[in-house]
Amino acid sequence: MFEEIGTTEEGDLLINVGPQHPATHGVLHLVLTLNGEIIKKVEPHLGYIHRSIEKMCESLSYRQFIYVTSRMDYLSAHINNHACALIVEKGLNVEVPQRAQYIRVIMDELTRIASHELWWSAMSMDLGAFTPYFLAFREREKINEIMEETCGARLTMNYMVPGGVMAELHPDFQKRVKAFIVDFKKTLHEYQELITGNIIFQNRMKGVGYISKEDAISYGCTGPVARASGLKSDIRKIAPYDVYDKIEFDEILETDGDCFARYQVRINEMSQSIRIIEQLIDNIPEGDFQAKTKAVLKLPKGEFYQRVETARGELGVYIVSEGAAQPYRIKFRSPGFSNLSVLDHMVRGYKIGDFIAAMGTLDLVIPDIDR
Amino acid sequence: MDVNDKIQALDFPGEIHNAGSTNIVVSTLDDVINWARSNSLWPLSFATSCCGIEFMHTAAAKYDFSRFGFEVARASPRQADMIIIAGTIVNKMAPVLKRLYDQMADPKYVVAMGACAISGGPFFYNTYSVVKGADHVIPVDVYVPGCPPRPEALLHGLISLQGKIKAGLTRDQIRSSAFVSQ
Repeated sequence: MFEEIGTTEEGDLLINVGPQHPATHGVLHLVLTLNGEIIKKVEPHLGYIHRSIEKMCESLSYRQFIYVTSRMDYLSAHINNHACALIVEKGLNVEVPQRAQYIRVIMDELTRIASHELWWSAMSMDLGAFTPYFLAFREREKINEIMEETCGARLTMNYMVPGGVMAELHPDFQKRVKAFIVDFKKTLHEYQELITGNIIFQNRMKGVGYISKEDAISYGCTGPVARASGLKSDIRKIAPYDVYDKIEFDEILETDGDCFARYQVRINEMSQSIRIIEQLIDNIPEGDFQAKTKAVLKLPKGEFYQRVETARGELGVYIVSEGAAQPYRIKFRSPGFSNLSVLDHMVRGYKIGDFIAAMGTLDLVIPDIDR
Repeated sequence: MDVNDKIQALDFPGEIHNAGSTNIVVSTLDDVINWARSNSLWPLSFATSCCGIEFMHTAAAKYDFSRFGFEVARASPRQADMIIIAGTIVNKMAPVLKRLYDQMADPKYVVAMGACAISGGPFFYNTYSVVKGADHVIPVDVYVPGCPPRPEALLHGLISLQGKIKAGLTRDQIRSSAFVSQ
């Protein structure tokens, strides 16, 4: 049966999903080839939000280029900034103060929780449930308030700078984060009760959008999508940065490779993030929040690569430097792009309703794909 | 609360006259239509990038723009009264935006949310693909600055739009007063 699939014949239906479609979570354009209700092919068309960020970075200095990366994967803004700060530090051999490292990791994990919450609400909305949207955004708002106090922004923070973080923590930061953790543990339980056990939800998720471990490797999947197929791919474990090697947390692995496994991975990752924050929040060392760096940063001639684990998977930043104050070439390896490429493979042969569920569990952020 | 107070609380354009045992409301039809229209503006769920998240926050639990009559975001332009351009418009997206706008039924209003939709914002310099302001593509009624704007800022922009509709301004008049704060 599968040999026939993939070729367009008479009687096939071509459907355009997007660029303006609520289930694509942005402006992604997908051309579906359908035979009745069965999906034969999915062809993504990109570029509806291509803002030429990589080209822009070539004319920005090493301090300036960080701000555009907040707008790339805006749900992991801190983590994107973190990657850029790390690569500049690597090039300049800057020792980052312990305090800054702790703050960065706490911020990263708060971002991860906020991002997964948004994924949870958006995916549930795709499947027809509206309550999760309000529940998750209520919690997201608490994280946004914590971020706002310290970073001054709710969404695009630009808080991490080469050498540390931009500003000192707000005096209430620790108190607010601890209060949030207490609340969030209850809420996470509530999330599980509301959705996870729901029989309709499980029927729509289990056995749908299967990705094998081999496929996850060959398509370059990372993050929760790869881990749901049993592929160990957590950069925080493989190549720890900042204080991730000093803290205890589990890499969540599932072996089913279907939508429900991806759901479970993200839900459990949220509790691991809480675990990480709990270990750090009381032990933030005293000291500087930023290392002393020169006013104009110039990376030595050469090539640099740094990868971090965003909420969606592996973000790689690759810089070619000619020794100038601006990078000669910058390339971002975004997790969304590789995860999107598996979409065609994972939904072939399934029904069109399953396509929406499968797409929801990929957790795509379109500006991250197009850049 | 007597009838007059109720009407005032609703901000209803009209006067109450007591005619014996009943009350009569006197108003002009135009005012009533504008009043009704301004309090029932359903946005199109259109978001290209980061501002879309703040737009979602404005619609969600804490800010809840349903309180002001923006009720629920529609996925189809045919069912929407206004379009909130939340995010950057790039050259490839511009014809799509124009088409969405053309598909909406009159009367229709446009809010440009965030620096990108106003002028290209952070993507103004050194970029080859960004439209430098959504008003190059479709006419904009209200500009909400910020990167991204806070939900309060968006709400203020939306309420400004309501005020302009209530005042009975035509779309041309609304646009020419776009930069004037209410």
